[in-house]
Amino acid sequence: MREVILIKNGELVLKGLNRNTFEDVLIKNMKRALKEIGEFKFTKSQSTIMVAPVDEETDLDDAVEALSKVFGIAALSRAAVTEKDIKAIKSTALSYLGEKLEEAATFKVEAKRSDKKFPLKSPEICRELGGFLLSKFHHLKVDVHNPDIIITVEVRDTYAFIRGNNIKGAGGMPVSTSGRAAVLISGGIDSPVAAYMMAKRGIELISVHFASPPYTTELAERKVMDLLHKVAAYSGPITTYVVPFTELQEQIREKCPEEYFTLIMRRYMMRIAEILAKRQNCSALITGESVGQVASQTIYALGCTDSVTTMPVFRPCIGMDKEEIIKISRKIDTFETSIQPYEDCCTVFTPKHPKTRPHMDEIENAEEELDSAALIERAVKNVRKTVIK
Amino acid sequence: MCAYLDNSATTKPLKEVADKVYEMLSDTFGNASSFHKLGLDANAEVRRAREMIAKALSCDIEEIYFTSGGTESNNLAIFGAVQANRRKGKRIVTTAIEHESVLQACDELEKQGYEVIRITPDSKGEITEKQIFDAVNSDTILVSIMYVNNEVGTIMPVKAIRKAVSRAHAPALIHIDCVQAFGKLDVKPSKLGADLVTITAHKVHGPKGVGALYVRKGVRILPRTFGGEQEKKLRPGTESSPLIAGFGKAVELFPDIKAQSEKIKEINQYAREKLSAINGVKINNTPAASDYILNVYIPAFMTSQTIVQHFSSQYGVYISNGSACAKGKKSHVLTAMKLSDKIIDKSVRISFSGNTTKADIDALVQAVSETVEKYPV
Repeated sequence: MREVILIKNGELVLKGLNRNTFEDVLIKNMKRALKEIGEFKFTKSQSTIMVAPVDEETDLDDAVEALSKVFGIAALSRAAVTEKDIKAIKSTALSYLGEKLEEAATFKVEAKRSDKKFPLKSPEICRELGGFLLSKFHHLKVDVHNPDIIITVEVRDTYAFIRGNNIKGAGGMPVSTSGRAAVLISGGIDSPVAAYMMAKRGIELISVHFASPPYTTELAERKVMDLLHKVAAYSGPITTYVVPFTELQEQIREKCPEEYFTLIMRRYMMRIAEILAKRQNCSALITGESVGQVASQTIYALGCTDSVTTMPVFRPCIGMDKEEIIKISRKIDTFETSIQPYEDCCTVFTPKHPKTRPHMDEIENAEEELDSAALIERAVKNVRKTVIK
Repeated sequence: MCAYLDNSATTKPLKEVADKVYEMLSDTFGNASSFHKLGLDANAEVRRAREMIAKALSCDIEEIYFTSGGTESNNLAIFGAVQANRRKGKRIVTTAIEHESVLQACDELEKQGYEVIRITPDSKGEITEKQIFDAVNSDTILVSIMYVNNEVGTIMPVKAIRKAVSRAHAPALIHIDCVQAFGKLDVKPSKLGADLVTITAHKVHGPKGVGALYVRKGVRILPRTFGGEQEKKLRPGTESSPLIAGFGKAVELFPDIKAQSEKIKEINQYAREKLSAINGVKINNTPAASDYILNVYIPAFMTSQTIVQHFSSQYGVYISNGSACAKGKKSHVLTAMKLSDKIIDKSVRISFSGNTTKADIDALVQAVSETVEKYPV
């Protein structure tokens, strides 16, 4: 028996003439997600892409798990391929879904007949197959409203497909159909969520992390890499820059007013991130900021950080409550890692009473005290680059 | 010559494992939760071990919790799951031939008012899918069944548990004790449909005193011990980094499971053939059982305990009388299989590992045949 995975495209089907391009990117991303699982063939037809393993031994559980994290897929399902013959449909349904039917207490059969020449009409297919399965599994009952399993028979041009329940896809748009952006990642709860949300809209990610040894530890940096690894399961590989930030932070601490420490630090982070982002042909920056969450995230403070870059800064968490952000972080499995208690560069130099309504002229005056160009140049020169998969 | 055929009791640690444990004790001795270099180094070793084990189970590293071994993992799984599910139902389903650490834990819960269903095996030590379906109802909060029985090697139909739980719409967590299966069969928890899986190091050429509990992501169980932040507070206490690193090393050096199974199958068949040829000897377990375990009735004028001692002192052949954890108590597994006391008293367990050779079997066969001849019933 041949088994395939059927992919229902998300909003891609709404695209016009460039739909093909979007689908090709989606297929490329699926191939990458499946690389370690096996070799697959991809066939497009209408709003469905059929993913068929080349080797029948390939583990489709693993394949479905990997594909459920690929953006641009609304729903996916495993299906058995069979001949367009009601006898074959019955026996395939029995052998293919037998295990699942043993798990279920109730079921329902649905049929779709795009080949109108098939001798049985859809309700007849349902009746035939339903009756047959009832005769084979005595514990089963039919429930058309709220069944444990819905068995769908699709009679198409060349084959019939038999499948069980649909699995929800990751939604969104295929990664890299919307360009590239650089995410500033700290190790907290918000920035991985922001990265995930933008990747979901089809943006390819690079990331920038600021490390301040000896004020921050190896563990803090490893935590960031762990977080990126989890995001990469959705977004694909993330080129990551670790920026040595110690000198800059020490200079800020020495020469600037304490109440502006964080804000000035944020401004330098944005400047450096923008340089690295341009180097990687990115068109935007991404941060995990949310209005009012901390002093540096008041709208006045955000205005001051934004003014140092010319790139648009995307903040997908901006209007979300912490609880809402945490909900997503749990879903993408970054929460447990994010809450590991290691010092990061944002927590080390926190002022006692940060300015919540900063004045731009005071900030600019304070920055005058620093040899900005040289400090930025040294930081950028000494970045470490790794690719997180 | 020494023929070590008691691998279900414990295995000989690999040299690399012993070296790793020694190195951790003598050099990398920091507390794995300390922030200094010695601590970070120990922490990195613990993490590496976690990665190795997660890879062997095809799960995430966050799903692995280190414990002191199989007994602790089983207790944590059972009490932790029942405690977390206590308001959802009253029934616990297990079998009559589980390891002591599961049976005793369930006995204790029964005293606390839970309803414990113990599925009994047939005379071959097997239980059926239907028995599992019949036992699980919508009030069931835990199903705990071992994958491979430690005395007679029965491979249990554990994949039916998920089906039974789904069909009954039960709130049950599924615990599978994989101590005797790990490293021998495919024990991917996702394939088994398990929420909780017990494994231990010393059955796979690792050190004693360390094991792990797999807890599926999203599944909540409550701790049995209370203390620090280690193992996400589910199992607090300073990580036993030397033993954990040794466990990781043993798993890292796992041979190819399929190739080893082939070899063991051959050894098992060889042993079955040779032993059955001896007058009066009977094999208690079926060929359908795990190839790693033989349970054999030896018709000599000795009890199983004396047979074990006699074999080791006279022949250098190491076998066991039932489970080592029972310390000589009458086997509850053979009793549940309704074998006669006469058979149970003289039955021994012979268990193989990747190191076992045909020469070991020849030594065993010689010991059995000479003993049966010299000391007839």
